[in-house]
Amino acid sequence: MLGPNGAGKTTLLRLLSTLLRPSRGTLELLGAQLPDESYKVRGKIGLVAHEPLLYRELSAVENLDYYCGLYGVTGARAKELLDAVGIGAARSAPLRELSRGTVQRVAIARAVLHQPELLLLDEAFSHLDPAAIELVQPLIGRGAEATRVLTSHDAMAAVAEADMVLGLRAAHPVLLAPAAELDGAVIAELYR
Amino acid sequence: MSGPLSAILRKELRLELRSLAALPAMLLFAVSLFVLAHFTLNRSVLEGDLASGVLWIALLLAALLGANRLFVADVEQGGLEGLMLAPVQRSVLLLAKVIVMLVFLVALELVAVPAFAVLLLGPPLGPSLGWLTALLALADIGIALVAVLVSALASRTRARDLFVALIGLPLMLPIAIGAARGSAPLLAFAAHAPAARWPLMIGLYDLILGLIAFALFDFLVEE
Repeated sequence: MLGPNGAGKTTLLRLLSTLLRPSRGTLELLGAQLPDESYKVRGKIGLVAHEPLLYRELSAVENLDYYCGLYGVTGARAKELLDAVGIGAARSAPLRELSRGTVQRVAIARAVLHQPELLLLDEAFSHLDPAAIELVQPLIGRGAEATRVLTSHDAMAAVAEADMVLGLRAAHPVLLAPAAELDGAVIAELYR
Repeated sequence: MSGPLSAILRKELRLELRSLAALPAMLLFAVSLFVLAHFTLNRSVLEGDLASGVLWIALLLAALLGANRLFVADVEQGGLEGLMLAPVQRSVLLLAKVIVMLVFLVALELVAVPAFAVLLLGPPLGPSLGWLTALLALADIGIALVAVLVSALASRTRARDLFVALIGLPLMLPIAIGAARGSAPLLAFAAHAPAARWPLMIGLYDLILGLIAFALFDFLVEE
C-alpha cells in the first residue's frame, strides 16, 4: 500500500487487523466478514505496527511469554524467534533499556509468534539497520510463508517487494495494479 | 481460557512488581486518611457508625487509586492493542482485571484494617472479624467490577484520573452504604451481627454489576 502521508494506509491496516471497526462499507478478510466475524481471523493475523505493542517494563522473554499464553504457543517457539532476530543477552533486560531497533526486532518476533496466515506490516523495517533487516527477512520479508500487506516510506523498495500495489490518496484508492506493470513515473504521480 | 487468563495475570503481576505503581500508593493513602481522621475528628478512638464511615471512606478512596492504574500500562505501552489482536475473548480480560483489582483490594485490607484497628478503633476487632471479612469480600467484588468498568472507559480519555473518581464514586455509593451500615454494629463496643439487608444489598448490586460488566466490556475496550 502506497500513498502520501495521511492517505489512510495505517487506518486501512488497522481495519484489516480488526483493531478498528469500519463505520461503513463491507470488509471481508480470510473468508470472514468484519467486524462481526473478527474472532475468526484474529489468530491468523500478525501485525507490525508503528508501536511495538510490547510492555516497556517487561523483558523480551517476558513479553513473548505473555503473547505465547494469549496465542497458545509454546515457549520454545519464542526462544527460537528471539534467536532468529538476534536478541541475545538483551532478552532478559526490560525493553525500556533497549534501543528502538532492538525493540522493533522483538516486535517482529511477536507478530510472527503464532505463524499467521496474513502479515500486516506498517513500516516494519523502520528503526532497523541493514544487518537487522537481513535478520528479519525470513520472518517478514519475501521469504515469509504468509501473505503480506505492507506500507513503506520507501515506495520503490516496497514495489520491489510486492505482487500488487494499492495506491491511496485522501482515503480513496487511486491505483490498483500488478507491481511489475508500474514504473517510477506512476509512483511519483501518486505522491504529487 | 486458562492459558490466556494466566498469561494476563502473570503479566499484570510482573508489571506491578516491576513498577510498584498501584499498591504502595493505595496503602499509604489509606493509612494517611486514618491519621488525618484522628486529628481532624479530634478523637483518639472511634466506634460504631463513625468508625465504619472512616474505614470505608479510606478503603473506597484508596481503591480509586488502584482503579486509576488498571489500564495505564496497557494503553500507554500498546499492550491493549496487542491483546485485542489475539484470539482471546474480551471476557477473559475482564475476569483478569477483576482478579487483579481483587488482589489489590485484599492486599490493601490486610494492611489497612489492622492499621485502623491499632490507630483508631476503640472496640476489639477479634469478635467481629468473621462478619467483617464477609462484608469486605462482598464489597470487594463490587468495587473491583466498578473499578474495571470505569477504568476501561476512562483509559481512552485524557482526564483519566478525574473520570475514574467522578464516575467511579457514584457507582460505588450503594456498596459504600451497604458496607458502612453493615459494618457499624460490628465496630461498636457492644458488637452484634449486621442486619441481613446490608450484605444482601451488596450481593445483589454485585450481581447487577457483574451482568452489566459482562454485557458492556467488549464495547469499552474496542475502538
